[in-house]
Amino acid sequence: MPTLRVDLEVIANLVDNNSRILDLGCGDGLLLDYLLRHKGGNGFGVELDHKGVHTCISRGLPVYQGDIDQGLSDHHDDAFDYVILSQTLQATRRPRFVVQEMLRVGKRVIVSFPNFAYWRVRFGLFLTGRMPRTKVLPHRWYDTPNIHMCSIKDFKEMCDSMEINIIRQLPLAASGGMDSDLVHSQLIGKLPNATANLLAPLAIFLLERRSK
Amino acid sequence: MSDTATNDPSSVGIVEQHQATLFDNGEPLTLDCGKSLSPVQVAYETYGTLNADASNAIIICHALSGNAHAAGRHTAEDRKPGWWDQYIGPGKPFDTDYFFIISSNNLGGCNGTTGPSSIDPETGKQFGLNFPIITIADIARLQKALVDHLGIKTLLATAGGSMGGMIALQWALDYPEFVPGCVIIASTPRLTAQNIAFNAVARQAIMADPNFNNGDYYDGDGPTNGLAIARMMAHITYLSEKGLDKKFGRRMQNPQTTGSSFDQDFAVESYLRYQGSSFVTKFDANTYLYITKAMDQFDPFPDPETTAKRLEKVNSRIMVMSFDTDWRFNTAHSKDLVKILNWHNKNVSFEEFTSPHGHDAFLMKSPDYQQSLASFLLRLYQDFVIESTTKKNKDNR
Repeated sequence: MPTLRVDLEVIANLVDNNSRILDLGCGDGLLLDYLLRHKGGNGFGVELDHKGVHTCISRGLPVYQGDIDQGLSDHHDDAFDYVILSQTLQATRRPRFVVQEMLRVGKRVIVSFPNFAYWRVRFGLFLTGRMPRTKVLPHRWYDTPNIHMCSIKDFKEMCDSMEINIIRQLPLAASGGMDSDLVHSQLIGKLPNATANLLAPLAIFLLERRSK
Repeated sequence: MSDTATNDPSSVGIVEQHQATLFDNGEPLTLDCGKSLSPVQVAYETYGTLNADASNAIIICHALSGNAHAAGRHTAEDRKPGWWDQYIGPGKPFDTDYFFIISSNNLGGCNGTTGPSSIDPETGKQFGLNFPIITIADIARLQKALVDHLGIKTLLATAGGSMGGMIALQWALDYPEFVPGCVIIASTPRLTAQNIAFNAVARQAIMADPNFNNGDYYDGDGPTNGLAIARMMAHITYLSEKGLDKKFGRRMQNPQTTGSSFDQDFAVESYLRYQGSSFVTKFDANTYLYITKAMDQFDPFPDPETTAKRLEKVNSRIMVMSFDTDWRFNTAHSKDLVKILNWHNKNVSFEEFTSPHGHDAFLMKSPDYQQSLASFLLRLYQDFVIESTTKKNKDNR
């Protein structure tokens, strides 16, 4: 079994076996590969970058080279059991519309995003007076792809206004890409909701439409 | 030249064209139009070696003006190699160290396969316009007969660019258990009105030529002017505005001329004239009519019911590729196809590449395109050739 990034592993655990999956911004296809091979699923990834697309092709994964908007508009309602968007929502032009579209084509939606209310981010801005840079958000302000940052609180508010059911919310104590499985396994899920907005650098949400 | 041809390690080297005679009166080739043909001649070439369990064969489908000669040279003195030589050979995407590549001249063609310029056994004269109307499915049907004739139980993949992509797709629809992989490049699930219009003008140019004689021209010169004009016009649609401008710009063919008379050419005019006049020496005008008609008629997904039915059994891993400057079959065509396949939960990948070469980009060298094509095919090899061999070895133990 390949080792997955912490956040990808958590996402994988949210997906039922034998599901049809759309993985938006699938990168090199690591998560999709895992889901298709180990969970008996089918589906495909959407990726803009040729390098990612090429790696997916080498892995034998179905992949669509294009942006997320196109990746969504081509599909009929409820075409997928799960639509996954991992750490990319903040880089989309219209995040609210993207979530809405994801919930149109997918019965369930999994979204992960960096939490801008994480204490290191707060203190970064507070203490240095500069745009915060952390492990999850390493870019400088002028070259960051992350144009729509939000906090866990903000995201929940948006879900509420869009009549979205939050089935699970998983604030991660460890961020993706960090070698911190231990921290992750001890703290994951144990953060009380109130403190999560302060303590979690990353959050994962499992969503569905409120009215079916 | 001859030295390069024979010593280049990435070339398939000197190749030979073969001829197969398929079908007979008892078992003719039955066409979509209801008519039948027998016997049917097929010109074909093969590159690489068929493995012991015949599981590594890929059929290459050529476009409108292509032929069976896809790679290598017939003689060391040949000026040019086959039409897809950049992509077929040791270390190239269609790697002949792994794959057995089959390339045949399409039904209705004029380079060794039965077509309108072949002799009609009933009259002893060339078919001309008495040749039956053929479809893309008929072309695939004849290829299937050739593959059967070669003793191959299942292909590893079908692949083709432009009209070749339509034939490759047709294989996946008509012989789903036969085609684990399918590569469709710079192609389309159906022609738009603009595409049909281009073909219609080409046909009009041929048929309006005084030497056309209703297709019965094999005793004379034939509609060479009409065919040349058809080719010149089509050739413009194969290139991009940017590409043409970069190659010719407003350059005069002869810099001394002022460009104030009708025979003082811009370089691009001279180029097109050359393309037209060299084309007529190797291509039959009637074939041009029949093949463009087959392209126009191609529409495997006309309505939701038919689409669902046609795709029901399709099981191939399909790769769809397009180029950003292609305006003959632009990326929207490829995306249309991908959308249809995705709606029916088919295993399909899509990638668009940047190229200055327009529609012809599928024939040209381009690192991203080359890499993805190679990886897709190699992965098929891993999953369907190596895996099946491993499984068989285990079973035998």
